[in-house]
Amino acid sequence: MFDNRPTFEPTGPLQERWKKHLFDLSLIAPQNRAKHKIIVVGTGLAGASLCATLGEMGYHVNSFCFQDSPRRAHSIAAQGGINAAKNYQNDGDSVWRLFYDTIKGGDFRARESNVYRLAELSVNIIDQAVAQGVPFAREYSGYLANRSFGGAQVSRTFYARGQTGQQLLLGAYQAMSRQIAAGTVKHHSRSEMLELIKIDGKARGIVVRDLVSGEINSHIADCVVLCTGGYGNAFYLSTNAKGCNTSATWRAHKHGAYFANPSFIQIHPTCIPQSGESQSKLTLMSESLRNDGRIWAPKNSQDCSKNPSDIAAADRDYFLERLYPAFANLVPRDIASRALKNICDDGNGVGVKIHGQRRGVYLDFADAINNLGEDKIREKYGNLFEMYQRITGDNPYKTPMKIYPAVHYTMGGLWVDYNLMTSIDGLFAGGEANFSDHGANRLGASALMQGLADGYFILPQTVASYLAQGKFAKVDDKHPAVIEALNAVKTRLERLQNAPKPKHSPDYFHQQLGKILWESCGMSRKGAILKQAIKQIDALQIQFWQHIKITGIDAELNQTLERAGRVADFIELGRLMCADALDREESCGCHARTEHLSKDGEAQRNDEEFAYVSAWESGDKNAILHKEFLAFEFIQPTIRNYK
Amino acid sequence: MNFTLHIWRQKNQRSNGDFKTYELENVSSDSSFLEMLDQLNEKLLIQGEDCIVFDYDCREGICGACSLVINGYPHGKQQRTTTCQLYMREYTDETELWIEPWRADAFPVLKDLTVDRSAFDKIIQSGGFVSVHTGSAADANTVLINKDCADDAFNSATCIGCGACVAACPNTSASLFVAAKINHLLQLPQGKIESKTRAQKMSKAMFNEGFGVCSNHRHCEAECPKSISVSNITQMNKLIGWS
Ligand SMILES: Cc1cc2nc3c(=O)[nH]c(=O)nc-3n(C[C@H](O)[C@H](O)[C@H](O)COP(=O)(O)OP(=O)(O)OC[C@H]3O[C@@H](n4cnc5c(N)ncnc54)[C@H](O)[C@@H]3O)c2cc1C
Ligand code: SF4
Ligand code: FES
Repeated sequence: MFDNRPTFEPTGPLQERWKKHLFDLSLIAPQNRAKHKIIVVGTGLAGASLCATLGEMGYHVNSFCFQDSPRRAHSIAAQGGINAAKNYQNDGDSVWRLFYDTIKGGDFRARESNVYRLAELSVNIIDQAVAQGVPFAREYSGYLANRSFGGAQVSRTFYARGQTGQQLLLGAYQAMSRQIAAGTVKHHSRSEMLELIKIDGKARGIVVRDLVSGEINSHIADCVVLCTGGYGNAFYLSTNAKGCNTSATWRAHKHGAYFANPSFIQIHPTCIPQSGESQSKLTLMSESLRNDGRIWAPKNSQDCSKNPSDIAAADRDYFLERLYPAFANLVPRDIASRALKNICDDGNGVGVKIHGQRRGVYLDFADAINNLGEDKIREKYGNLFEMYQRITGDNPYKTPMKIYPAVHYTMGGLWVDYNLMTSIDGLFAGGEANFSDHGANRLGASALMQGLADGYFILPQTVASYLAQGKFAKVDDKHPAVIEALNAVKTRLERLQNAPKPKHSPDYFHQQLGKILWESCGMSRKGAILKQAIKQIDALQIQFWQHIKITGIDAELNQTLERAGRVADFIELGRLMCADALDREESCGCHARTEHLSKDGEAQRNDEEFAYVSAWESGDKNAILHKEFLAFEFIQPTIRNYK
Repeated sequence: MNFTLHIWRQKNQRSNGDFKTYELENVSSDSSFLEMLDQLNEKLLIQGEDCIVFDYDCREGICGACSLVINGYPHGKQQRTTTCQLYMREYTDETELWIEPWRADAFPVLKDLTVDRSAFDKIIQSGGFVSVHTGSAADANTVLINKDCADDAFNSATCIGCGACVAACPNTSASLFVAAKINHLLQLPQGKIESKTRAQKMSKAMFNEGFGVCSNHRHCEAECPKSISVSNITQMNKLIGWS
């Protein structure tokens, strides 16, 4: 239920909704499909799987990515695995349970219909990936292996050692490559979308900068799909790849696409702590490590600078085991992250001091090595241990790892309806770029599942139906809207290169923004601090346009210019993130408002007033909030309790 | 730490390049190699100079974007490592560093340290896939796969498409990259069906893209950040009938 616009919402028995909707969607006959041109921006898991499928169906697809090949999209870095309700382990899993876990894990801030569909489609994804030759882990019997992941009480995660994202992306990339060879997909690498073209209220194209030649070109189609990933890099330091950005989704937002739940940001508990100021990114240590590692911090702050082996067993605080005896080290990400932060805020953290505080706790494998043997641990986590050692210089077989939470995933994104269409006609969003399905907190191994469900199974059907229902007037590059979009991009690039008093690099501003966001819109949020952050961001924005310095020219490869454009968009989005966090006067999932925590620090949700998706419409100065109220027909919202 | 850096600067594909020397001071030993270059770029920017262009994205050793030849070694001297996972603490006794792009006719330099590797995409497009449509797959557990085969397929499938094997090869052959994909799919029943035509098409594409012939120098294996074994090439040759 939206307060200002009619949107389609499926009704009837939950299990039948997607099937019925599929039947109700319009179709296009095979011989007519090639007449339709579709633009897909982003070729990570969501985009590549979509391009492959649309191409196979016979549509004419134009795709874009900023890397030098679709195979390098950020999806490649996903380590742990992908969920599917196959119940191959006969441990009581089902579509219903995956649905239930996802709704509950998201702290009752996602839509039931969408999440149920996701759980249903999860099984088809595994079939498809296996058929493509994705080498998932197997048992000696030849059957597929599973593991339990991120605190799930069933083993439903499929994995390919610590490289599941890589293998799934290569599967989708290869399927897409097959369509490029077949001529249905025309792909453009090293191309960045910088503007959306809207004609008669419909998304009809994009403006792209060729990152090698610097040329600015328009591309026209019948509709546009954005699969451009998440915006966690707004924080500067995150586990995301360096190029991840919001530019495409932010341009869409400026043209009228609602941005939903921008403050829902997942902060992952197990990352390598920051080591110094020159650091450019943070590295995730897979969550699977929590299956065997025990998390602890010194009980006494005097012990924090000691060598961990010199701290007696009695002086170690296994705080997750203490606070959450039922789930212990496997509590959901938001809960683990918050507990870790509290320990460090209380002065019991370990490792180097950053801004005067030790930000780290131990993740210790000594017990697991004693029980299972070093070989077994090496077999399970060898590549992760090696990566840890390479980055930190410490050997985790001998001394405990140090971990600290880091920004990892964005549940927020472009608002979409059940068809994954944004509030702009003909503009769709898939994968991490949209807001759907994970509510206020995403479960481990569910992003890959969602990206592929969107790309292989949902968008191909809903996009086709949109095309079947519409008429698309011919547009060429002389159209006033096209010229306007091209000019907007050129003006912006000129402005970036001609600041009145050029002084600082894009990274300088990005780091400033990151600091503001981390302190105001990170693991704990407070009204007064958010208000102050909005002011700081406004000031930063003025500074940016006064002092941004770029060298080199725009008619060739210029990474500084690319970065500057992305930072400019992050600054605007950062402001909206804070505004959203300020509006939500409750705590739920990742969103912990200090004013709304119980005495023992647990999140206090307020379903009466806040059981809505916040959908922000771009406004002159402040964005306008629309509320999509969530109805829970099948699962009674309860208080999450992992004790 | 302080370094003298000799870095390849080239304006674009059409112009000639040259080494330029820079002095960089106060590098933290915990910096990664790419962070060290970031630091240099920040300095250049403030001085008003054009920054050095080099490819990267994940900085975790998995996307395959980063690509530098450091003192003659693709991805530096450390074995089984990409450039983004090199840390400056490894360079305590080498304070003079020569940094160049991949060198191969099939990988033209676009600017400075960045090359065009789209030839790799074209090789995959020629046949590096299983021809299955979305939606036509049977339940995943209907085809059982021997664990050893699955592990073997996985090992080949971990290639990150970085191109270090080409940069390391005196003939600039792409055999290791091509063979890794052929062998990955060959090990699996669903990939085996097309394996022979796949191998023929991909090896033809490799020559069409301007890569050289393999003459068993094995430098590729030594420089490969993912330890892709040359036994993949042997397998490929058998399949095509070259051995
Ligand atoms: C380290 C790490 C580990 C993870 N592990 C897991 C896991 O184990 N399980 C799990 O389920 N999830 C995991 N995730 C989350 C998951 O990987 C991502 O959410 C998911 O891969 C996103 O896929 P995507 O297709 O939406 O976007 P991406 O893969 O980010 O792709 C975005 C695409 O958009 C393009 N693009 C972006 N902006 C533009 C622009 N302006 N113009 C043109 N192109 C553009 C890019 O080039 C790219 O092709 C992990 C995330 C991280 C950071
Ligand atoms: S075979 Fe090794 S060196 Fe060659 S592209 Fe693959 S990962 Fe890189
Ligand atoms: S930057 Fe991705 S592998 Fe080095």
